[in-house]
Amino acid sequence: MNWTAIGVTFQLATLTAVILLLVGLPIAYWLTFSPRRWKFVVESVVALPLVLPPTVLGFYILVAIGPHSPVGRLYTDLIGHPLPFTFEGLLLASILYSLPFAVQPFASAFDQVDRRVLEASWTLGVSRIDTFFRLMLPLSATGIVTGFVLSFAHTLGEFGVVLMVGGNIEGETRTVSIDIYDEVQALNYAGAAKTALFLLVISYAVLLTVYAMNRRVWAVWPQK
Amino acid sequence: MAAEMRIDMTKALAERFVLNARFEMALDPPLVLILFGPSGSGKTTLLRCLAGLDWPDRGTIAFADKIWFDRTTGVRVQPQQRRVGYMFQDYALFPTHSVAGNIAYGLRSLPPAERTQRVASVMALLNLQGMEDVKPQQLSGGQQQRVALARAVARHPSLLLLDEPLSALDLPTRMKLRGELRELLRRLAIPSIVVTHDWEEALALGDQMVVLKDGKVLQQGTPQHIFNLPKNVEVAKIVGMETVIPGRIAHAADGLVTVEAGGVKLLAVSQEPVGADAFACIRAEDVVLEPVGAAATSARNHIPAIVQNVISMGALVRVDLEAGFPLSAIVTRSALEDLHLVPGVKVTAAIKAGAVHLIPRQSSVTSVKSSSSKWSETS
Repeated sequence: MNWTAIGVTFQLATLTAVILLLVGLPIAYWLTFSPRRWKFVVESVVALPLVLPPTVLGFYILVAIGPHSPVGRLYTDLIGHPLPFTFEGLLLASILYSLPFAVQPFASAFDQVDRRVLEASWTLGVSRIDTFFRLMLPLSATGIVTGFVLSFAHTLGEFGVVLMVGGNIEGETRTVSIDIYDEVQALNYAGAAKTALFLLVISYAVLLTVYAMNRRVWAVWPQK
Repeated sequence: MAAEMRIDMTKALAERFVLNARFEMALDPPLVLILFGPSGSGKTTLLRCLAGLDWPDRGTIAFADKIWFDRTTGVRVQPQQRRVGYMFQDYALFPTHSVAGNIAYGLRSLPPAERTQRVASVMALLNLQGMEDVKPQQLSGGQQQRVALARAVARHPSLLLLDEPLSALDLPTRMKLRGELRELLRRLAIPSIVVTHDWEEALALGDQMVVLKDGKVLQQGTPQHIFNLPKNVEVAKIVGMETVIPGRIAHAADGLVTVEAGGVKLLAVSQEPVGADAFACIRAEDVVLEPVGAAATSARNHIPAIVQNVISMGALVRVDLEAGFPLSAIVTRSALEDLHLVPGVKVTAAIKAGAVHLIPRQSSVTSVKSSSSKWSETS
């Protein structure tokens, strides 16, 4: 098995999940509590990666961070090297690609918290941000763990976006799914089978954890 | 000028329903004000605006010398800065916290020793000792109500807002806790606003009362005054109780209570123990009018009375009487003619003991009288 690729994959998935926790919670909070009428626009943007082919998403990310875009040029000026085909570029793409897998369970969990409980906290002199940490997070813990684990698992298995934005650089952007593809291209079915089984077992274990914990928060299956 | 709370606000709740509240509440000495009205009259929304959980569209809310909301100057004091104790109708206890944790929740700013002491004293005040570590889900409805109340008063708020504090309880518990709540509000001596649609609660708890319907203030005054002298038919329909007389309990035995009111002895049925003072309440429908010297009936109260006024209400007629206290009866038009009821005629008012409702009530504190002058009966 290609342990370097496994290492890159796990590093990418962990960082993506952690950053999505930090970025996703405020977005989910805003989506749940904002009185704005146009928030469905943001909801739709967040959900886009669910329906877009990874190649389409990857293509636009590549163009957006490439040397011809202002963002790409700014990054090159600040850091010294371009963003595409680096681990950082891949991380950015993964975050966007897994955004709905974090934000939707977070928002769904927030939505189930009784607002009067939060209001009771406010009338007791506790600020909104403290209320968030003292009541909101504990009350929506299962949904937050679900979002974290799902974004981790989703990143483990991504392929198209990695190929478009990350390329296939050993030790940098070569992930497990790319490695399997390469093995099959090279007709090394035994190597591909081992890695594939490894990824299958890990992904299944992760999902088992999520659904055993709370299957209502992110329902792929019809709710009972 | 004594401190008072001034409310003059409008808020559109639905297309054709606008809450338009305008009244004052004296804060010193502290009073219990009842917001009375049928469900859907805007009571809860008004309470939420006072807590800072909802915002009026127009107007001002001022508490003593502090402006809480002013549309024109853009003042919007957040709920955290108002120092109110708010009790939700279904309590909204924190399921993640124990009973003690719920009560201590808003006391972070206190030093630990003082916090512990405060929690202990509030728990003692509400008879919650020994339940420190219990989660709210494991408590009975009555216990949850007491925890919610304890949490609301723990911070020593300057205003207590209670949204239907007893409505989530079953009837026996409600009657028991009504007495406890009255005693607690008296001991706390915090200006309080209690939302209710229950006339017994209004009489038992309130020093002042504001009647709200369809978002409009219909009448304000002492509960007794509003019940006895509703300003119009609409208020009379909402309060649903025509005669309320303060009385003293003279004798109580076997569930029968003799109450002295306005120089008359009334026999009443009461399942719950009553203190020395109580309101005797009589519905106009329950008063039977007989000619003087009629034969004995099963009704236990026969009160000589003089007709004061006769008001037509369609097929029925409301007869206002003087019986040592003002008393109203509702009779049919034909009964009116048979008995020749015109002002000045003497009749006997017969009332069954079971139709005299007793609302236990501590004798009114002197503060009620001194403040009632503020409550001009303006229309």
